[in-house]
Amino acid sequence: MVNNIFSFLGCWHLGKLNFKGLVFMANKAKRAEAAYGWAFITPALIVIGIFVMTSILYALYLSFHRVNLFTGYMEFVGLNNYKRIFTDSMSKIAFWNTLNFVIVVVPVQTFMSLVIAVVLNAKLKGKLFFRTTYFLPTLTSSAVLTMIFMFIFSLNGPANSIGLKLNLLQEPINFLNNPKFALQVIMAMNIWSTIPFFMTIYIAALQDIPKDIYEAAEVDGANAVQKFFKITVPQVRPITTFVMLMGIIGTFQMFDQAYIFSNGSGGPENSTLTVALLVYRNAFGQNNTMGFATALSIVLSIIIFTISYIAQKLNKSENLY
Amino acid sequence: MKKNPVKIIFYTILIGYTLVTLFPFLWALSASFKTYKEITGGGLNIIPKIFTLNAYRRLFLIDENFPRWIVNSIFLSTLGTAINVFLNSLAGYSLARLSFRGKNFIFYLILATIMIPGQVLLIPNYLIVKNLGLLNSYSAVILPSAVNATYIFMMRQFYINFPKQIEEAAALDGLGRFGIFFRIALPVSMPAIATQAVFIFLGFWNEFLKPKLYLTSPQKYPLTVGLQSMMSRYNGITQWDEVMSGSVISLIPILLIYIVLNKYFMKGIRTSAEK
Repeated sequence: MVNNIFSFLGCWHLGKLNFKGLVFMANKAKRAEAAYGWAFITPALIVIGIFVMTSILYALYLSFHRVNLFTGYMEFVGLNNYKRIFTDSMSKIAFWNTLNFVIVVVPVQTFMSLVIAVVLNAKLKGKLFFRTTYFLPTLTSSAVLTMIFMFIFSLNGPANSIGLKLNLLQEPINFLNNPKFALQVIMAMNIWSTIPFFMTIYIAALQDIPKDIYEAAEVDGANAVQKFFKITVPQVRPITTFVMLMGIIGTFQMFDQAYIFSNGSGGPENSTLTVALLVYRNAFGQNNTMGFATALSIVLSIIIFTISYIAQKLNKSENLY
Repeated sequence: MKKNPVKIIFYTILIGYTLVTLFPFLWALSASFKTYKEITGGGLNIIPKIFTLNAYRRLFLIDENFPRWIVNSIFLSTLGTAINVFLNSLAGYSLARLSFRGKNFIFYLILATIMIPGQVLLIPNYLIVKNLGLLNSYSAVILPSAVNATYIFMMRQFYINFPKQIEEAAALDGLGRFGIFFRIALPVSMPAIATQAVFIFLGFWNEFLKPKLYLTSPQKYPLTVGLQSMMSRYNGITQWDEVMSGSVISLIPILLIYIVLNKYFMKGIRTSAEK
């Protein structure tokens, strides 16, 4: 209605011009609009053009070269950098650690976020308080979180003290310097800090599930566990795909936590050496390995793409049933 | 009556998980008020035996860089957020409201960049920044992240869904495109702007890798990098009291923003899933 009135007013304005003038005016207005369109988007295009588009091509170029960061020396080496990924002992360790990390963290964080979201979505008192509190880890920088966790798991820290007090431990464990535990501490921290974000996404999805499905199930005598697996889980499946994709993309690129935990070394005994950390070390270290680092980062991206693609496909085919 | 066991389990989970969430923060807070001796003594008391502000005093009065790091973080995050919000909104408005040749192509181009993992851009970005002579400057940290494809997309959605009439009326009143954008489009999109602003600010405030890579002089560090440098500055012996009080301080601005702008955080996460 309002729209009609305005277009009517518009016609009335233009009506005072003759036909030729009208076409001319329209063309001029169109060109002016296009000029503004370009002007408004150009800053964004410049940034994306330089730091994303050009950068990707640059990365491809670098990955076929031997590069020294400090001298600027560059030499074409073909596929050598890519071949090295499969033979280099460090890259094997890094890929293994990263895969291990993804396989543990992604399912656990997805499942726990859903469970906590379901609990928070029930009709309970104090929901808002719990929800607000749970969100805190997501707000905190991974740098600060890592430092807090390192403190908690340090030799004289509370984790050891509690373990000793409850007689779970005979003597304190050096979590930070023991290759058996270091990556596990980072896993626990990562799960703990990502749950709130995914939980919030799930809560929004849960609110969209029609109530009558649950009511019908209750009439049929379904219990809480059955309702969770038979109704909630299938209903939020698209969100689960999204959460898992975000999880996969995030965990494959884990850097900050491993870097701070090991002060950049990937130790103890390379147990926290992730692919992202290996990329960093090779790119900005003292060796001529910037090209190798770039190749590593490209392979990592391809792996992330492939797994994301498969995850999406799997979800779609399941939806057909 | 039948529901009671479920309720008990649910409350147990809720309270249990509250403890799991708060435990690390409470320990950090409590350690920041303890003496170094008490922290390393391995006691399990949350309330310090000897309450001291020593660590905070050292950070603010003796440490020459710490107060500067706070200022740096505030400066970097505020400027980065302002530039982002402005450029994202401009681009989003252009894609939603203005018609020009190649618009669709540009739209899909920007959308495609959301999928690219940041890892692969790290090295070329560094070399570009180096060649532009921007190393060890805040431009190096801000420029590569000066726009965000996700929020361009979000602003575009907002402007597409917003009724056109007000803008058309303004055009009839003789307001130009810039006028319409600044005086009408920006003010009406305040909720969407607040949503992107809180997340962009959070991102800059918590950023570690880029400032670590680009900034070489400790006077320029933001808090995250500064605190990390504190961990190893006494030959491997970490002064936990200092590090924990620094961590507590770095949390305060984010907590304030979270409390004041809570609804925008929740809204932002929901829209991220609706893409």
